[in-house]
Amino acid sequence: MKDKKDTRVVVGMSGGVDSSVAALLLKEEGYDVVGIFMKNWDDTDEFGVCTATEDFEDVVRVCNQLDIPYYSVNFEKQYWDKVFTYFLDEYKAGRTPNPDVMCNKEIKFKAFLDHALSLGADYLATGHYAQVRKNNGKYEMLRGADRNKDQTYFLNQLTDDILEKVMFPLGHLKKEKVREIARDHDLYTANKKDSTGICFIGERNFKEFLSEYLPAQPGEMKTLTGEIKGQHDGLMYYTIGQRQGLGIGGAGDPWFVVGKNLEENVLYVGQSYTNDALYSNALIGTDVNWINADQMPETFTCTAKFRYRQDDSEVSVEQMNDGKVYVEFAEKERAITPGQAVVFYDGDICLGGATIDEIIKDEKTLDYVG
Amino acid sequence: MEQIYLDHAATTPLHKEVITAMQPVYSEVFGNPSSVHSFGRKARKYLDEARRCMAKSIHADEKEIIFTSGGTEADNLALIGTAIKNRSKGNHIITTAQEHHAALHTIQSLGKQGFDVTYLPVYRDGKISLNDLAKSITEDTVLVSIMYVNNETGVIQPVEEIGQMLKGHQAYFHTDAVQAYGLIDINVKEMGIDMMSVSSHKINGPKGIGFLYASEEVKLNAIQFGGEQERKRRPGTENVPAAAGFQKAVELAMENKVERRELYQSYKELFLKELEVHNIAFKVNGDYNNAIPSIVNISFPGANVEALLSNFDLDGIAASSGSACTAGSVEPSHVLSAMFGKNHECTTNSIRFSFGLANTSENVKEAAAKVAKVVKRLTA
Repeated sequence: MKDKKDTRVVVGMSGGVDSSVAALLLKEEGYDVVGIFMKNWDDTDEFGVCTATEDFEDVVRVCNQLDIPYYSVNFEKQYWDKVFTYFLDEYKAGRTPNPDVMCNKEIKFKAFLDHALSLGADYLATGHYAQVRKNNGKYEMLRGADRNKDQTYFLNQLTDDILEKVMFPLGHLKKEKVREIARDHDLYTANKKDSTGICFIGERNFKEFLSEYLPAQPGEMKTLTGEIKGQHDGLMYYTIGQRQGLGIGGAGDPWFVVGKNLEENVLYVGQSYTNDALYSNALIGTDVNWINADQMPETFTCTAKFRYRQDDSEVSVEQMNDGKVYVEFAEKERAITPGQAVVFYDGDICLGGATIDEIIKDEKTLDYVG
Repeated sequence: MEQIYLDHAATTPLHKEVITAMQPVYSEVFGNPSSVHSFGRKARKYLDEARRCMAKSIHADEKEIIFTSGGTEADNLALIGTAIKNRSKGNHIITTAQEHHAALHTIQSLGKQGFDVTYLPVYRDGKISLNDLAKSITEDTVLVSIMYVNNETGVIQPVEEIGQMLKGHQAYFHTDAVQAYGLIDINVKEMGIDMMSVSSHKINGPKGIGFLYASEEVKLNAIQFGGEQERKRRPGTENVPAAAGFQKAVELAMENKVERRELYQSYKELFLKELEVHNIAFKVNGDYNNAIPSIVNISFPGANVEALLSNFDLDGIAASSGSACTAGSVEPSHVLSAMFGKNHECTTNSIRFSFGLANTSENVKEAAAKVAKVVKRLTA
């Protein structure tokens, strides 16, 4: 092992409190810390204001407080090609993509990691709430100690050879503690609001944003039995299990999105939160990634998350010959959504994940979920 | 690790004698030069002497020197001040695609206000063509603004010929001479320059001061409003200590012009020779034989500006891409885009190195070795 002072750690800095504290902790430990801001998206508005410029200003101020060098790198083209194109394609296909998973896979821990290494970095660090553990020469990824903030769901596409070069300095901390550290050190970003939503959309109206890139095709809202309940604004604006924005009034239980028919441009709706159409017992996942692929048996049981803010569920997993996974749920699950990630855990260890592709109920693929 | 500064075109260190010249003014001369008492008179004397020195350095009259906060303000005052004032004579402005943003963005804003603007193309040698200029001039032209030396490539523009061409035409000739002043002999009268912008901090003077030379013939509106300083053309209490420092910087530059030219040229040649010795692939952008000694712009095939600059800095070498940054990330240079075309690789793999007071033959040689090491690593 090199001395810490000779160990260069490039920190991906967003201008937020988390990555600021990540850099601070590494600096205090004595590493040779370099802060880098990634510019992935140009959102310059009609007044010439760009959130990236504002965020970079915060990176500059914090890095100067910490007395570490800082630079910026532009991945707008890579982001567009690898993340945004995927994002639009998935919406076009009637699915609900997860751009954060893709950004971690293709940008932060690929293009950005390469850039960090080209600056002589030994490690890349980020402010994610996740932990890396070395175990028998292998690198494992563990959930963040703050269960509410755990971000392993978004990091499910990483692999052990990448984790070997990665540090998550906040992994063992609670968010409140991170804020407290920031305040104790009077960091410029100590009281900065956490960013919400998808990075390139920010605080903007999602519908409006999407309509700039994809033509919206309004169509009919029907029940699965064919009864017309109203008009939808375009299938891409709806996700499975959604209640808001349907505008179906009347008596009885509220209405929910239960499916989509892309060919006929129909949005399927059903009444009540516990509508049977929303439930399934299995799924098929594609883009399967195992963090330690050589340690995964062909079939096994573990727990899984089907969306970010959700408790784990018991599942059994079968690796299929075509590279996909068949995931069977111990109990039926509500509103599994194609395009989102399914992420597998063994206790606190994140095993990897896949993209939800097909939803299965009673051994039959549900063709109405899109 | 010794940090080596190769970014003198961005700004320069203060000359020791400049600091010495400013210290007593800061500590003893606080009066307002416009005041009608002894404190004011004392300050006014410094300002007058500085103005005389500036005027002499370019063969102008003292009345023709307007102190500003720097090169950017001088450009703004020259361009907006004359375009608006002389609009009744015509509505056409000629400039080039490679101007410094201080001029370019000002002219673009005039374009938005209804002026017709011709942006002369720039050729691969980094120069504009006099033919293009001649063809662009019309009866409607009121202003021609062409920089003296480009700040990214160091290429010298044919200012004398432009001045000649415009003699007898109503259009004013403005030149941004921020990178030229101090190293090139400038005689505004002989060269037919009507207006010229100069900055102090590029010639080892303090920041926050510069001047606009505006010939007595030039009709110019103020663009800021307030008191009657600078013969009603630039209001605001004058920065007297900075003027004194600027004066010293100008005196030193005029005294040592030839020596500095030779010295900086020797640094440039040494730097390029060392890069060759280290056997890396590179290409000088723009006409090497027609460039200011202090600036060289080099393209490193297969490398990328952001990785180059960050690596240079981490190894203690300060250089620049010369172009604008948004959110800290380097946008393709508008100058190199004008020369080579928008998507040419030179626009994303070129670095500007600029030499000056902070250099010695030893540190230039060492810098070349470090640059070569980084380039080799990144293009391997």
